[in-house]
Amino acid sequence: MKAIYKRELKSYFNSMIGYIFIAFFVAFMGFYFMAYNLYNGYPYFSYTLSATITIMLIAVPILTMKSFAEDRKTKTDQLLLTAPVSVTQIVLGKYLAMVTVFLIPMLISCICPLIIKANGQAYLLTDYSTILAFFLMGCIFIAIGMFISALTESQIIAAVGTFGILFVLCLWSDLITFLPSSSGGTVAGILIFITALALIIWGMTKNWFMAAIVEAVGCAVFLLLYIIDDSIFQNGLSAILSRIDIRNAFNNFASNNIFDITGLIFYLSMSFIFVFLTVQVLLKRRWS
Amino acid sequence: MIEVNHLVKRYGNHKAVDDLSFKVEKGQIYGFLGPNGAGKSTTMNIMTGYIGATSGEVLINGHDILKEPEEAKKCIGYLPEIPPLYMDMTVSEYLEFVAELKKIPNKDRKGQIQRVAALTKLEDMMPRLIKNLSKGYKQRVGLAQAILGFPPIIILDEPTVGLDPKQIIEIRDLIKQLAKEHTIILSSHILQEVSAVCDHIMIISHGRLVASDTPENLEQMMHQDNTLEMEVKGTQAEIRDVVLSVRSDAVIDNVSSEAGVVRFTIRQSDVAQMREPLFYAFAERHCPILTMMMNNVSLEKIFLELTEADDQKQSDDTDYNGQLDDDSDSSPIGILSDDMQTYMISDEEDMQTVNKDEEQEASGDEGDL
Repeated sequence: MKAIYKRELKSYFNSMIGYIFIAFFVAFMGFYFMAYNLYNGYPYFSYTLSATITIMLIAVPILTMKSFAEDRKTKTDQLLLTAPVSVTQIVLGKYLAMVTVFLIPMLISCICPLIIKANGQAYLLTDYSTILAFFLMGCIFIAIGMFISALTESQIIAAVGTFGILFVLCLWSDLITFLPSSSGGTVAGILIFITALALIIWGMTKNWFMAAIVEAVGCAVFLLLYIIDDSIFQNGLSAILSRIDIRNAFNNFASNNIFDITGLIFYLSMSFIFVFLTVQVLLKRRWS
Repeated sequence: MIEVNHLVKRYGNHKAVDDLSFKVEKGQIYGFLGPNGAGKSTTMNIMTGYIGATSGEVLINGHDILKEPEEAKKCIGYLPEIPPLYMDMTVSEYLEFVAELKKIPNKDRKGQIQRVAALTKLEDMMPRLIKNLSKGYKQRVGLAQAILGFPPIIILDEPTVGLDPKQIIEIRDLIKQLAKEHTIILSSHILQEVSAVCDHIMIISHGRLVASDTPENLEQMMHQDNTLEMEVKGTQAEIRDVVLSVRSDAVIDNVSSEAGVVRFTIRQSDVAQMREPLFYAFAERHCPILTMMMNNVSLEKIFLELTEADDQKQSDDTDYNGQLDDDSDSSPIGILSDDMQTYMISDEEDMQTVNKDEEQEASGDEGDL
């Protein structure tokens, strides 16, 4: 794992990608910092960070697009997968290398609250915990980008796909407001979800029977609940989906001055899930 | 060392590897021989744990490649078809990375890298970026990477592709040298390659093992009468007369005549001895010999017969010259293997040249280019 980590980290700085990522990130964060904090005198650096999330949408795909797609294209994955290291170690090595590159602009950003402090009132505790939350959120984005990169051998598809998914995640809370709030709509949403699940099961196992049972049981249970008491489904869909709003925890830190431990754990587990999924994709690909 | 049992790999409906089973013993050089697309690379990829098999098992030193992948992979050095090189690294950086990846202890790394670089003659290239190396050197870096750590089993997928003749000889010598302490499996679609270095040949066709034996046994197994192909000016009856006058039990095949030239094939086990008497007999009758060409049943032929039994029939009957040309593209050395001699006499050449050729052959200087 150490070997892969070192090699990946070095390759980010052998090619321009590492420098471009850091320069892009720091430059735009600097613009917002200048505009909000220095020019307009707003004392919270966390406000700047909220704006910087948009920059992440573009910067993270640049960082993650080559992680697995390039290896697959140049066949260097043959070296890694036939070496005496586990797939988990390969994935972790690459992931940690990307996180390390991301850590550099984050460390640079740690200077900003001190600059604010030098010019007057600053809220260091809020600012630094927000930087932590922002960093962990970035780790999720990187994990997602890595996952997409593992799915394809084209770096372009990886970058565009990652951008798309991150964009949806950032618009998540706004998109949810368009969902139906009636209980009927919620049940319909749940039924669509169950059907999709059944189709996935069928697609992966080619087992009609299993898929049909999942579909039938799922639909029956929720329809029955709906008939018995439809009030439990009131606003259900948006309530469920807003749970996985990634910006939620960050906003708690940035805007509400809450040190949201649940949110941090949510961030860590989301990163873990996508790292895990990447491992599974690589293992799965060896079979197909 | 390696045990492969009933290996099957399917891609959709296509069976890339079809119930392949074999055993590899210690300290020998094994050659996978087969035409392109026969399943050589797929088999090697499965053996090294890069891809999984649809069914069947691979045991490396008793470790199942799927159940104990790390233990099994430690025993193997693998050079895939396309060397897995990171273009943005220098050769020494790359070899250090591979050494660390293979978990070679820190104190041994430097020494091993130097040894491997010396073996593959890469010392001068160490500070160069891999992307700036020529194809031959890239191939050598790939080879160095496979040897690094000196694993008991070294698997090489077409190791001499893209090398120049001198490098091919060097790599072959290196492989032979390594075979003293390592088991080596190499694949190739070039026969000379395999027969030059391997102790044991496995011929693969359409994912199946069609033959597995030593090169000598394979030749014996397929032993047939040797043939002599001739083109002579004259009539068919005349020629039959002459041939039968030399040997009354000679078998004459594939007779065809065209504009006064008769083409035919003589099958006889001691056809080599018949050449001189035939020459004088035809000369007496004033029937000029235009072509005389002897084919031993070579490994080449065995290979072709085993792998392309159906679709190779007609090109089998065409001469070997075509094949020689084909081979000279891919393997410039050993074009004329010892067991295959070509004698051609053209109209313009006088008899002295012929006699000279015969003398040269008699002095044991055969098959030279």
